[in-house]
Amino acid sequence: MRARIPWWRHRRVLPWLIQAAAALLVLLVISALISNLVVNLSAAGLLLSWRWLGTPAGFDLGETLLPYGAGDPYWLALLSGLLNSLRVIAAALVGATALGTAVGLASFSRNALLRSLARVYVEVIRNCPLLMQLLFWYFVVFLGLPDGASALHLPGVVLAKSGLHLGPAALVDGVWRAPIRLSLEFTALLWALVVYSGAFIAEVVRGGVQAVPPGQWEAARSLGLRPRDSLARIVLPQALRVIVPGLNNQYIALAKNSSLAVAVGYGDLYSVAETTLNQTGRAIEVVLIVLGSYLLIDLAISALMNGLNRLVQLHER
Amino acid sequence: MSSSRHQQLPPQEQLSALETLRLACFANPLDGLISLALISAVLAAAWQLLRWALLQAQWGVIAANSTLLALGRYPEPQRWRLWLLLWLLSTVAGLSWGLLRRQSWPRNDLLATAVLTGLTLWAPAAVAQPLAVQAHWWGLTAWLLLLRSSAGAMAARVPPPVLQCWALLWPVVYVSGMGLIAGGLGLVRVPSPLWGGLLLTLIEACFAMLLCLPLGLALALGRSSGLPLLRMGAVAYIEFIRGAPLITLLFLGQNILGFLLPGGLSPDRIWRAAWVLTVFASAYVAEALRAGLAAIPRGQVEAARSLGLNTAQTLSHVVLPQAIKVALPALVGQFISLLQDTTLLSLIGLMELLGTARTVLANPEFLGRNAEVYVVLALLFWCCCAALGLGSRALEVRLNRQRSVAVR
Repeated sequence: MRARIPWWRHRRVLPWLIQAAAALLVLLVISALISNLVVNLSAAGLLLSWRWLGTPAGFDLGETLLPYGAGDPYWLALLSGLLNSLRVIAAALVGATALGTAVGLASFSRNALLRSLARVYVEVIRNCPLLMQLLFWYFVVFLGLPDGASALHLPGVVLAKSGLHLGPAALVDGVWRAPIRLSLEFTALLWALVVYSGAFIAEVVRGGVQAVPPGQWEAARSLGLRPRDSLARIVLPQALRVIVPGLNNQYIALAKNSSLAVAVGYGDLYSVAETTLNQTGRAIEVVLIVLGSYLLIDLAISALMNGLNRLVQLHER
Repeated sequence: MSSSRHQQLPPQEQLSALETLRLACFANPLDGLISLALISAVLAAAWQLLRWALLQAQWGVIAANSTLLALGRYPEPQRWRLWLLLWLLSTVAGLSWGLLRRQSWPRNDLLATAVLTGLTLWAPAAVAQPLAVQAHWWGLTAWLLLLRSSAGAMAARVPPPVLQCWALLWPVVYVSGMGLIAGGLGLVRVPSPLWGGLLLTLIEACFAMLLCLPLGLALALGRSSGLPLLRMGAVAYIEFIRGAPLITLLFLGQNILGFLLPGGLSPDRIWRAAWVLTVFASAYVAEALRAGLAAIPRGQVEAARSLGLNTAQTLSHVVLPQAIKVALPALVGQFISLLQDTTLLSLIGLMELLGTARTVLANPEFLGRNAEVYVVLALLFWCCCAALGLGSRALEVRLNRQRSVAVR
């Protein structure tokens, strides 16, 4: 006699039952959290409102791209923070890509010394926490720089304790004056991000080049191409197909890591948001703004890299 | 088969050591120039570093604060509990090591033994601990190595079910360790604000490492499941977490978790941070495991189903054992970054290793000793992360060997 199979075990029914149960559970948890949130927020008198964005922030930021002062409203402070974040992210992306590509390619050099130095750099940097590296660079290296006449200067670039001066610089009364002055905090953060992400990007580049079959190198050599040309014309275009998706991950990680700026007092989005929260107590709104902004930055980077990915992918019939 | 192929290979050209060096560094004039420049730069840097470390650096700051950096403000009369925990840990670690390696002593193990012995003899003396404490460390290491060799000798006689369930011992060790640290059940309670330094770093990292695995596994299964609602939920969770910087999530945990839970139910700051770390790491672990799941050929599942295994049996006996092997390097990579990410707790005011170091540096007595403190911290983190990486590579080699044997 065949045992009767209960109706809910039917293979059209069971998946939907499982999903309905999971959805119900998630909805229950979320509604419980939201009801708690409403109860707790109204008890604290902090129900969701955006009007505080228009009130004066009352704190100053060291450096901004937009004109901003302590009397300006919170929204302008947060926008200035966002622009500061974008500035350091953009600069670090360029620097880390250059450094990472150079180190990644150096690990294929014929010179054994160069190869092992590239290896040592990657292993040292990847096994130390970024925040500690940032504090080291800022407090030990950059704050230990000389100032005034003994500052490090090359034509067009002066690195002193007062910051990084770009353009024709002149020493006026012991103070460096130049068309562009980048603060020491910005410079230290940029340097730390470039050095840290450079190590990860070097690994991505190395993996990409390694993924190209050795036959490609050999074919290029037997056609009489020099090693430099084989790399630039045969291997790299193929390696890019592996490198670009990996770079996308590293770029997003870099953007997120830029939020460690708060540790050295650079006024990026997160550090402005933290000050704003401490002053207004508007936890929910501030966290929403910060998470939303980073989400937009991530999406922008991903969109850019997906475009690039389409360019480098193999176009077959 | 393989030996006959070897015989067909052309004989290797024998090069003298000098010739090898010439080809490696001075193959042509440009290479020679680059090598000379690099050698002089490396030598100059090493000379400067050595001169700083031996003559200029004032290492007294480390010796004066070694206990603070290790334990935070954990009260003196209760520290015997931490020693007990160390004995427990060295017991379990020694047994695990021996069971993993059996009687073989590969080169990496000899190296690890040498490093461990050297550290035990040198580090406690270097930070000027009393002789009794130094002897305690010697005993711990000797016990660990003793268990490693005796467990290695007995491993062949241990029944397989014990070996299979061995990993489950670690959560038990964690819970009993937390019992020792926190107190209760007759022990004097030590409140969590007194835990600090390396102790707190390890508490947080181990908590997240243990819990993010099951959570990440559930998410990975959800994301690769055929049920659209489960898949969408898992994707939303993973992408939301991976899109946000950890510091904003920690900030969210500290400032909003209190609002989300009914009054008085919110855990204290240390556990709130530990949960945020877990939630954060689980999204990344899920992605690593998903890649492992994706690497398993469909035929494996189909074969298991045609043998009559149900979904749970297929997963636990066929898919997961293979997927975890594939995902292992990525998983250890996540554990390494998790250990490094604990430093971010110092930004929300917790006194883990980096936070404690910053309070030491804020002390007027040790002002300007940044370089010494950060260098020691960097070495500590570097050793822990490098050891994790080496361990994972050893495990990988072992698992690959097993797999190739099974295929044959």
